[in-house]
Amino acid sequence: MQGDSRQKVILAATAVFVVAVLAVTLILKGSIGMQWILSGIVVGSIYTLVAMGFSIIYSSTRAINLAQGEFTMVGGMLMYTFTVQAKLPLWVGFLLAVLIVMILGAVFERAAIHPLKNPNMITIIIITIGFSIALRAAAKWIWGSNPVPARAFTGLAKSGKEIPVKIFGASLSPQSLWIVGLAALAVILVFIFFNKTMLGKGMRAAAENRDAASLVGVSYSTTSLIAWTMAAGLGAAAGAVIGPIQAAVFDVGTMLGLKGFAAAILGGLGSTQGAVAGGLILGILESVVAGGFSSGYKDALAFLILILVLLIRPEGLLGKPEAVKV
Amino acid sequence: MSRIRTTGSAIALLLALVVLAFAFTGCGSGSKPAPTGGTYKIGAVLSTSNQSAPLGQPEQNALLLLEKQINAKGGINGNKVKFIIEDDASDPASATVAINKLITQDKVLAVIGSSSTGATLAMVPTAEKDKVTLVCCAAGTKITDPVNPYIFRTPPTDSMALTKVLEYLKNNLKVTKVAVLHDANAFGTGGADELVAKAPSYGITVVSRQQYNSTDTDMTAQLTKIQQANPQALVVWGTNPGPSSIAKNMQTLGMKIPYIGSHGIANQSFISLAGPAANGVVFPGGRLLIPSTIPAGSPWATAVADFSKAYQAEYNAPINSFAAHGYDAGNIILDAIKTAGADPAAIRDQVEKTKDFAGVDGVYTYTTKDHNGLTTNDLIMIKIDNGKWVEAK
Repeated sequence: MQGDSRQKVILAATAVFVVAVLAVTLILKGSIGMQWILSGIVVGSIYTLVAMGFSIIYSSTRAINLAQGEFTMVGGMLMYTFTVQAKLPLWVGFLLAVLIVMILGAVFERAAIHPLKNPNMITIIIITIGFSIALRAAAKWIWGSNPVPARAFTGLAKSGKEIPVKIFGASLSPQSLWIVGLAALAVILVFIFFNKTMLGKGMRAAAENRDAASLVGVSYSTTSLIAWTMAAGLGAAAGAVIGPIQAAVFDVGTMLGLKGFAAAILGGLGSTQGAVAGGLILGILESVVAGGFSSGYKDALAFLILILVLLIRPEGLLGKPEAVKV
Repeated sequence: MSRIRTTGSAIALLLALVVLAFAFTGCGSGSKPAPTGGTYKIGAVLSTSNQSAPLGQPEQNALLLLEKQINAKGGINGNKVKFIIEDDASDPASATVAINKLITQDKVLAVIGSSSTGATLAMVPTAEKDKVTLVCCAAGTKITDPVNPYIFRTPPTDSMALTKVLEYLKNNLKVTKVAVLHDANAFGTGGADELVAKAPSYGITVVSRQQYNSTDTDMTAQLTKIQQANPQALVVWGTNPGPSSIAKNMQTLGMKIPYIGSHGIANQSFISLAGPAANGVVFPGGRLLIPSTIPAGSPWATAVADFSKAYQAEYNAPINSFAAHGYDAGNIILDAIKTAGADPAAIRDQVEKTKDFAGVDGVYTYTTKDHNGLTTNDLIMIKIDNGKWVEAK
């Protein structure tokens, strides 16, 4: 009960803080403030997509996948291979990139996570760190160490120049709208899956108590496989759509993964709403800090927030505190 | 509580492993068997893997080509030439290990490298202690300032590039207010510091200084902040992919002020990443990028033409600045060995006496007070016009 009221206080305080930041930014800076906030929402959507990957695996298997950023990197690389090198239509390239990374995620789960007799978080973290190093090395070997360009989905003039979209006096590249749209769609689909479908509910149950869940026909093994495949697919989709804004390069996944992880912890690991809240808050704050104060503090912010959350409320804004088992 | 502990230890573990991952990336490298007598062994420590690989790989290509060319002509003083190339994996600690191995185990006469400033600075104490000449391919100003008797370089320095940019801002664009947006890494911060310090002597005020992280996605927040300061031009100091994102963001925001980049974007990669947003961007670069700007018929022009032809034939790729840095470093050492023979101390003295040596990057003259060799005259300002490089006037 105490936990509940404390969560309400923290949530209310966060909400007031975020609204205050938005209001002050808009009042003081007008359309420039709008620019910061919208840019922040775009970056925040990317963080959300990465954070959801962490959350899906955590909520289904209580594991943390530190190769999540690398799934994003590989997605971006494959998008380049299919749409720029092989010149396939965008939607074919997108689907192929997502599909291949999903297979990669599934194969990894079967090969490295599934055989574990006694899977605990630390073991899995170490395995995924190894996997992330392997993916980076493989990507460098296949695609080289130069960033690869990607084609914007829409909004290109005949000259190939992007036509910016104007919203309330702020300018965004058309690709930004695709990123936000994809993130929104992914959030809705993941939410419906985990809250409205039998399989999704069963997967959450399996994470809570795998023996009890298996008694009622939800297999932990299947749960784990589906969670890893979904997280890989989400990561790849993020990579494929951000390519035109942030060129993919073999080591781009590390920072994205860390920022996504910070967003997931902020919002509450394992919660879809938490991933959205964490991603957007982090993205907007970074942008407002870079524009309004100093761009030098921007990157420190994510990790400062991470430390604060772990000290004050380790389960995150929207996460549920874990019952202490005695 | 268990959650705090698990998450906390997970993060500690993560950080520890990230550090380990950086420390251990590719320490090993294929050491070549010790060559027999009648061979001049020259060591090279280059970053042929990890983040500086785009620099180290062409440098390595150039040295292997040079070795082949020299040996095909019968070597030097009747001796064959062998470059023993080690990969430092873009890591300063590995660079130190590599130069120690080259000096103590392979007993090389001189060392080339490394590709980046950090790795080069890490090797300086070893070269100095063992009294071995080090000719580096890195551009960081502080490598040769103050002058160290054993350390030389082939590329134009970051300072020269920056001076060229300031001259262009003053004489060609005739602006007095500029903004700088730089990468938060050592290269970007060093460049910005120097720009801020030198600008006043060119009658230029830096009205806004902003930074970004190498892996940032979106720089519009920084750009809007810069816009408010009303600069007449923007100087962007960083390497790919950041500067290409900035070019695109400027287009989205409709910013029309001139974009002056660093020599870090003097490559085709920038053009392909930024696409049409690259048009109009101006940056400093070696004259070899536009060979027609080199006085026709000069030994320099011949050096560029010959190297370009041989490199194209060997690797089916056009030459770039990094290949030139490696090729020139190899040639300067070989030229010294012609007179000095297999005596490391004499080689050092001879390298320092290099005068009017026509390399690919430019014409080198080292003195006891200058170990850079090149001058700002070896650079030009280049403009991207419809995806092609032209001299900026």
